[in-house]
Formats: sequence, C-alpha cells, structure tokens
Amino acid sequence: MLTILFDGIAYGMLLFVLACGLAVTLGLMNFVNLAHGAFAMAGGYVTVVLMNRYGISFYWCLPAAFLFSAALGAVLEVTLYRRLYAASHLDQVLFSIGLVFMAVAGVDFFMGGQQQLISLPPELSGRFNLLGADIGRYRLFIIVLCALLTIALQTTLTRTRIGSQLRAAVDDGRVARGLGINVSVIFVLTFALGSGLAGLGGALGVELLGLDPNFPLKYLIYFMIVVTIGGTSSITGPFLAALLLGIADVAGKYYLPSLGAFIIYAVMIAFLILRPNGLFFREGGR
Amino acid sequence: MSPLPRQALASAFLRRKARWKPLEYGFWILALGAAFALPSQQLLLSEIAILALFAMSLDLIVGYAGILSLGHAAFFGVGAYAAGLLSLHLTAEPLTGLILSGAIAGLLGLATSYLVLRGSDLTKLMTTFGVSMLISEAANQAAWLTGGADGLSGILIDPIAGLFEFDLFGQTGYLYCLTVLFAALVIARRIVHAPFGLSLKAIKRNSRRAAMLGISPNRRIVVIYTLSAVYAGFAGALLTQTTSFVSPDVLAFHRSADVLLVLVLGGVGYLYGGVIGAVIFTVLRAWLSVVTPQYWMFWIGLVLVALVLVGRDRINPARLTAWVRTKTGRAAPSAAPLAKEEA
Repeated sequence: MLTILFDGIAYGMLLFVLACGLAVTLGLMNFVNLAHGAFAMAGGYVTVVLMNRYGISFYWCLPAAFLFSAALGAVLEVTLYRRLYAASHLDQVLFSIGLVFMAVAGVDFFMGGQQQLISLPPELSGRFNLLGADIGRYRLFIIVLCALLTIALQTTLTRTRIGSQLRAAVDDGRVARGLGINVSVIFVLTFALGSGLAGLGGALGVELLGLDPNFPLKYLIYFMIVVTIGGTSSITGPFLAALLLGIADVAGKYYLPSLGAFIIYAVMIAFLILRPNGLFFREGGR
Repeated sequence: MSPLPRQALASAFLRRKARWKPLEYGFWILALGAAFALPSQQLLLSEIAILALFAMSLDLIVGYAGILSLGHAAFFGVGAYAAGLLSLHLTAEPLTGLILSGAIAGLLGLATSYLVLRGSDLTKLMTTFGVSMLISEAANQAAWLTGGADGLSGILIDPIAGLFEFDLFGQTGYLYCLTVLFAALVIARRIVHAPFGLSLKAIKRNSRRAAMLGISPNRRIVVIYTLSAVYAGFAGALLTQTTSFVSPDVLAFHRSADVLLVLVLGGVGYLYGGVIGAVIFTVLRAWLSVVTPQYWMFWIGLVLVALVLVGRDRINPARLTAWVRTKTGRAAPSAAPLAKEEA
C-alpha cells in the first residue's frame, strides 16, 4: 500500500517534470504544442547514446539531456514556433502533430524501433525497506530531484525578476514590450527551459517509462491530462494533477490491471466535464 | 423597409450558394468513370471514397461548427466494429448493416456531443481525444466481443440488396462506396446550404453573438455533431464491408490525426475539401509507401508542417478559385446585396 503510494508519487513527480514545460507553452503562451513529448524523447535518446556508446556516467547525462533538449527547443522556437503564436489552434495542432510524426519516423530511422535500455549506476538500483514500505532507490532519487526542481521553478517564477517579466509578457505582450521587456527573448528562454525540463524528464524516465520511437505519442495523453486537469494558470495546479495522475495510474494498474488505462481516461473526462477550465482555474487569467 | 424583399434576397442568396457548379458535375463523372477506366485500382479507389466520407464528416464539425476534434476515429471505429458484428451475428445484408452502424455511431455521437459544448478549444480537443482513447481501450479489452488485438475476421457480406455481389477486384465495392459518398454529400450539401448551415457558421465565428441573434448554439452543435458521427460511422461500416475485416487499428489515434490532415489538405469548410484531400492523401501515401515503406510517416509530417508554415489558406482550393475569379474580373458571388440591405 505504502509502496504503491511511493511509486505513484515518484511517477507523478516525473510526469510533472515532463509536462511542466507544456503547462508553460500551452497555458501561458497559449500554444497547443502536441510535440512536447518529442523533446522528452530527444533527452532520453541523448542519455541512451551517451551512456551506451560513450560510457559517460548517468549523472553527467542528465544535464547533457537538459541542455540538448533546451537547445533544440530554442532553435525550433526561433525558426518555427515563433511564427505560429498568433495562428489558430487548428494550425498549431496540425503543425505539432506533423513534428511528432517527423520525430517518430526520424528516430526510428537513426536508432531503430526497439526499446532502449540503460543500466543505472549501482547506488541507484535496488530497494530498501523503510517503515514497512519497499522503497526503490532510483524512485527516491527521482522524487528528491524533482522536488528540488519544482521548488526552484516556483521560486523563479514568483520571486525573481525574470519570473515576473515572464508573467507580464504572457499576460499582455504589448504592454510588456512597452515597458521595455524583451518579450521574444523571454519566450525563447521559457520555451528552451520547458523543452529542457522535458528532456531531463525523458532522461530520468528511460528506466521508468521505457523509451522507443513511439514515446511522444504514447505519453502525449498523460502530458495533456496533467495540463488540462491542473489548469495552466500556475505551477501548483499541474504539480498536484501530476501527483494525482501518477498515484491513480500506479494504483489502477496494480489493483485493477484488466481495466488498463481505462480509469485514467474516464477520470480525465469526468474532470473535464465538471471543471472544463481545469481544477485550479484562476479567474481572469489567460 | 418591409421584411419581404429582405427575405427574398436572403433566400435568393442561399439558392445561389446551393446551386450545383459545373466543376462538381465534372468531378462526379470522373469518379464514376474511374470505376471502369481503372479496373486494377478499384481497392485504392474504395479506400479514397471511404476516407473522403470520413473527412467530410469531420468537415461538418471542424469547418462548419468550429469544433476541433482529435478523436473522430472513435465514431469511425464504432461504425466499423458495429458493421462487423452485425454481419456476424444479425444480418449480412450490407445496406441494413450500413444504416444500423451509422445509427449506432450516431447514438454515441449524440451521447458525447454534450461533452464538447463547454470549455475552450483545448478542452474540446482533450475530451474528443479522451473519448476515442476510452473506446479504443474498451475495444481492446472486450476481446469476447471484438476479438481484442486480433480484430474481427471471417466476416461474410451478402450481395447488396440481394442484387449486386461483391467481386474480387472490388468494382462493386467501389461503386457501392461511391454511391454512399454521393448520397451523403447531397444530404450534407442541403444541410449546410440551408439556414441551419448558415447559423452554424455564425456560431463558429462568434457563438455569443449568435446566441444573441436567437440562434441556440448548443442545440445546433448537438445536431451537427450527431450527424457527423453518423457519417463517420457510415465510413467505418463501408471499410468493414469492403475489406471483410475489422482491426483494432480503426480506433487508433493516428487515424484521427490522418483524417485531420486529409481535411486540411483539401481545405476546411466546403465539404469537397475532404474529398479532394482524400484523393491527394491516398495517392501520396501509396506513392510514399512504395518509395520509403518504413518512413512514410516522416514525409506526411513534413507535409503537415510545411502546409501550416506556408499557410493553409493560400493553398485552399476554395480560396484559389475565388482568387482566380477576382483576377479574371468576375467578382465572386457574395452576400453584398444583403449586407447593403442591413446597413
């Protein structure tokens, strides 16, 4: 019971790191980016290649995955995404689905369609017993890391200058520009940060979620659930939604394996009917 | 100003919009001719006709009601499974099966239409997506009914209305699909060119303003969503009946994405978009899967990205004809007299 709760929290934390970039692009920049999973996949594959081909330590792979995905995100933002901020949602959906298709086929071409495996450092594998709960070391590592990241994100967004600049740029780009805030630079940075976090999540998730070319499509629904249920007006909303989803998914798979992903979808639809704007909707926000 | 001339103007406007154009006649003659001119391509042609019907059904909600759907395959798949199960357990007569499958998909559409009435584009996207994933999961789990991952096979289809037997080359199949597509298009044409269709466009532009004009958005959206589901169900049933097989693939996500691409390729909001898109898409895919059998998805993705970046509107055939008209000096028929009257 406690083990399931623990695994669920680890899973939820991981989902949050994967999805929080999407919460920013989707919620704050109002861009329906279905290709978010592709950035996560990029991070995952960077880790796999670095570890298995060049034998680099897992701990160095994590920042590498972050940087690679962030750079990829920044390049794509400047060259492609930027043109579509004002486009209709249909255009954005088509564009990002197109990107996902290209990513899936491209990775299949270069890396092959099989599941990718990595071997974790010995101190992260295995489990130990604490207060009657079986605790996986790697899951504990994920929880601690993701919790630190979340706190850092939250403080950055609410306490620092760049955070308030971002909120200003999002709430009203024109006025923010008028106040001397360089909105496009802020957007590039934010997009890169979101993609980088997705890449980090992808790297962390190789062991937990698995990694194959269909990753962006397989986990798209989870990212979207986190963002739609959590609402997009804050970081806390998606965070709680991710935790809920993680626990519900792990518990559902454990107790009712025959129903599979059924519960998740049903719960999501129920939520969307009751709270179409998300669980934690801020009145007046955009 | 008396209400009479305005009404006459309005109905004249509607009639002019609803008139059959020469290009349309040409298209259908070509489509019919293909049944005899391309005997070796009948299966591909049936595929095009089915995809065209599916895309047209999506056009009804995306192009006319402005509801973004990422889960339209739900209705297609339900229609396909319904047709398969009906022919296995009830009757192998295709017309009855077709109508019943459409009705079943329509019921599902009616039930789920209430989910797309609220919330933003994103919420609608997620609910439609969620519903289709839910149904896909259900079909996968209920193996006793649907055959699970293996799908339904061993479906035998009787001759259509007891008269026309399905032949090996698929000519009957193609003519059957084409007839259904034609009938569906004629009905859809009537509907979207009626005041009802105009009111849908008003809702798409601005639902709050439409409500102020006395149009009830919710009821109309429910109606058109249900109709769209019926059409998608027809398309699914046609697929089952012409291929005698149902695979769980009919409910897959990529089908919902593909049909959106098809519709966008042809252009949104004038019914023929789905048909034209289906021709382009199927030919493109057939060609790509010969050139790069494993990686055709990449090129489809590239087409999507390029399409959006270039701007869908610029390559939309409806806009193109309007553009050609203005260039050649013939003004496109518009609502100008009506607008003047309003002023």
